[in-house]
Amino acid sequence: MASAPSKLYADDVSLVVVLLDTNPFFWSSSSLSFSQFLSHVLAFLNAILTLNQLNQVVVIATGYNSCDYVFDSSSDLNRSFENGRMPVMCSSLLQKLEEFLITDEQLSKEEPEGKIKPSLFSGSLSMALCYIQRVFRSGALHPHPRILCLQGSLDGPEQYVAIMNAIFSAQRSSVPIDSCYIGSQNSAFLQQASYITGGVHHKPQNLDGLFQYLMTIFATDLHSRSFIHLPKPVGVDFRASCFCHKNTIDMGYICSVCLSIFCKHHKKCSTCGSVFGQAQSEAASASDKKRKTPET
Amino acid sequence: MASTHVTKRAKYKTTIKDPGTPGTLRMTFEKILFVPHNPKSAGKLDVEFRYIKGQKHTKEGSNKPPWLNLTNNQNGSFIFEFENYSDLQECRDFVGKVLAKGGEVSEKPTVSYPDEQLSAAEMELRIKLLQEDSELQKLHKQFVLSGVLTETEFWATRKKLLDREVSKKTKQRLGFKSAMISDIKPSTDGRTNKVTFNLTPEVILQIFAEKPAVHRAFLSYVPNKMSERTFWTKYFRAEYLHSTKNSIAAAAEAAEDEELAVFLKQDDILASEAQKKIRRVDPTLDMEADEGDDYTHLPDHGIFREGNKEMTESQNELYKRSLSQDINRHAAVVLEGRAVDVELEDTKAVAEALAQSKQKSSNKGESDGDISRERLDRLSRMTEIEDLQGPNTLPLAPLCIKDPRDYFDSQQANALRTSGDALGGIEQIKCGLSTQEVYGSLRESISSIKAMGLKEPIVKPEVAHQVLDALTNSISNTKYHIGKNPQESVLDRLPRKTKEELLHHWTSILELLKHFWASYPITTTYLYAKVNRLKDAMSNIYPQLEVNIKGSVPSELRHQVSLLVRPMHQALDAAIQHYEASMQKRSAQSGERPNGYV
Repeated sequence: MASAPSKLYADDVSLVVVLLDTNPFFWSSSSLSFSQFLSHVLAFLNAILTLNQLNQVVVIATGYNSCDYVFDSSSDLNRSFENGRMPVMCSSLLQKLEEFLITDEQLSKEEPEGKIKPSLFSGSLSMALCYIQRVFRSGALHPHPRILCLQGSLDGPEQYVAIMNAIFSAQRSSVPIDSCYIGSQNSAFLQQASYITGGVHHKPQNLDGLFQYLMTIFATDLHSRSFIHLPKPVGVDFRASCFCHKNTIDMGYICSVCLSIFCKHHKKCSTCGSVFGQAQSEAASASDKKRKTPET
Repeated sequence: MASTHVTKRAKYKTTIKDPGTPGTLRMTFEKILFVPHNPKSAGKLDVEFRYIKGQKHTKEGSNKPPWLNLTNNQNGSFIFEFENYSDLQECRDFVGKVLAKGGEVSEKPTVSYPDEQLSAAEMELRIKLLQEDSELQKLHKQFVLSGVLTETEFWATRKKLLDREVSKKTKQRLGFKSAMISDIKPSTDGRTNKVTFNLTPEVILQIFAEKPAVHRAFLSYVPNKMSERTFWTKYFRAEYLHSTKNSIAAAAEAAEDEELAVFLKQDDILASEAQKKIRRVDPTLDMEADEGDDYTHLPDHGIFREGNKEMTESQNELYKRSLSQDINRHAAVVLEGRAVDVELEDTKAVAEALAQSKQKSSNKGESDGDISRERLDRLSRMTEIEDLQGPNTLPLAPLCIKDPRDYFDSQQANALRTSGDALGGIEQIKCGLSTQEVYGSLRESISSIKAMGLKEPIVKPEVAHQVLDALTNSISNTKYHIGKNPQESVLDRLPRKTKEELLHHWTSILELLKHFWASYPITTTYLYAKVNRLKDAMSNIYPQLEVNIKGSVPSELRHQVSLLVRPMHQALDAAIQHYEASMQKRSAQSGERPNGYV
């Protein structure tokens, strides 16, 4: 989007950074099996690489305890077939993914108490942005980057600040974040990410046709998007997480100095240290003496 | 109020062109009566005031006779021609008062209103506001005329409107005219050589402002040395000499009369001021460099009025004024605006006031030392060399996070403590498997893909077709609904009448609630009565809202209308609940009144 057009990198060359949700707890409870999901995604990645010779795909695994790059088409250039069943790129991706899962498992310290914890979405989003920044700085000529999040696990409200920061940094460098939510609930983070960065958010209804969704909605390059109609969200879940308890709230207190969000009234902002005055409602019900205390 | 009726002689005209029937006009609060002097003529009139909608009248000073035009609600009008403007004024004020009160006065003439001493101007302003804003008029009619609110209460919440209207009028001050004083043409009577100049205080003020030397001379000569009349005669004599462009004659006259010479010479005050101003000009501006661009010294160039270019007579240069000087000075004065707010009656007073204001402004100015220092400052600012400057710091206040560790640690601790309910609200999916098991199954599925290869086909054609269908469907739907008109609201889908009714209900409910909540806490019996009135009015709205939903609205929109009506109900409920609670408290406090307000 921001780069100068050239013969080599025309405006329809894309760099797609795909964030794969590999939260084992989610996949063990999902209706779509992980192998099915992978076959849809691998076919989709292949399709993107064949759409344009210069297209580039990077896959980052969003794990439970860690994140890592599992595939980069610019370094894996062998596109021949291996025993006629699968492209080399796919098998190398699967190989890396397997290794990633093993290290991710080793990192987990304790058994979760019967609850699915969210994946490290903020981490993988940051890694994607870092990669894109490196591409931006590689020179004037580079493909147009975009991020595609394939997420199924729930939002982690405790990652709210980190994720929002990543979203705003993506917005600043005009990198759209597309998101496809394959879980059973809804993800406010993904909705906001796509809304803020001008990407597309979609929640497929029929997961058996995931490949079709991916191809129809997320395969088109950024330049062509201006010509086609993509599904628009009916509404965006703008709820935020409070900074104090990491609850998802729809109404709360905002620090007037640094805009930190709190679910209840505090005496002092934990972010910037500003001292708050009396809340209005309290002051109204309080006695006259209290009402006279100056606002700070 | 002054009187309950007005009786005046007037002519009644059916149209503007109509010469009119002479007779007597008598106005009371209820009606307008016109009885012709000649009992046989047809112009008898008996109109009730509630049919009168508004009034227009001719302005004093315009060349029209004093007419009062009363418009009735059938768009007809009654025109009365009065004998003089004071009659018109009296009648106009009377009509204004009656119109502002509307029918209320006639219904309950015994009620006393605290606002009856309103000035006519204020009345007119209110009427004008009502006429301009039909919604306001509706509210006024609904509440003030039905007695729910009094006139004062109604307008008390709209002080801002009134104030704005008033401030609009008084804000702008009249400046100087842009016409130059040199444009005051002398009038000659044609036969004698006498030349007459017409002077008004306005012109005098302008002369003083533009020519400080004349001003100074006036202050020092008049009235000690000469009369005002001689002063101005001398002044115009000088002006006349200028206008004849005869600098030799001017020089000759100046030599004879030293007072006259003051007017003919270059204005020394102006010159010194100009010197000061030049010092304030951007120091990097080289005015000498522009001299080559000046064509006026070439033959056939320059301004004609400048005259027969007497370049040679440099000894008379003293008595010459260039047009550009005049224009510049005039422009400067016009831009400065009028500094004096004195009634333009007495020339002496004007002169003194101007002198005072000048003094003030010159006191404000800096002393010479300041000016030269400022000039140096400016010089260094203007000739700033960018390479040598430090980087400009952005005017941003950095976000100060006191101790980042403090923040992140406390957040972490909080997060851990409450991660249980962190996913608040969303239903948790239980996962009975252990970490090992889940990772194992994940790895298994990877190896299964590895072994099996990609599924063939990846998507079943039927499923793909289904997905594509659903997608296009939803896209075209959202395009139809949202893309068409993003501003479209639910209200626009309702029939026009329902929409208007709903909006009207809203405004009237808001009006009532505003007054209702404003009258708490109830401290006087007046407020008590007011709250009771408001409460009754509010309870009357409920059935109206019901009618609105059950009646006129088509069934498919009923749900949406009820959604819109619900907040109205809630707001009213809250008010009435508060009312009842406070009434109970009241009755509990004062045991004598058993049921509070009943």
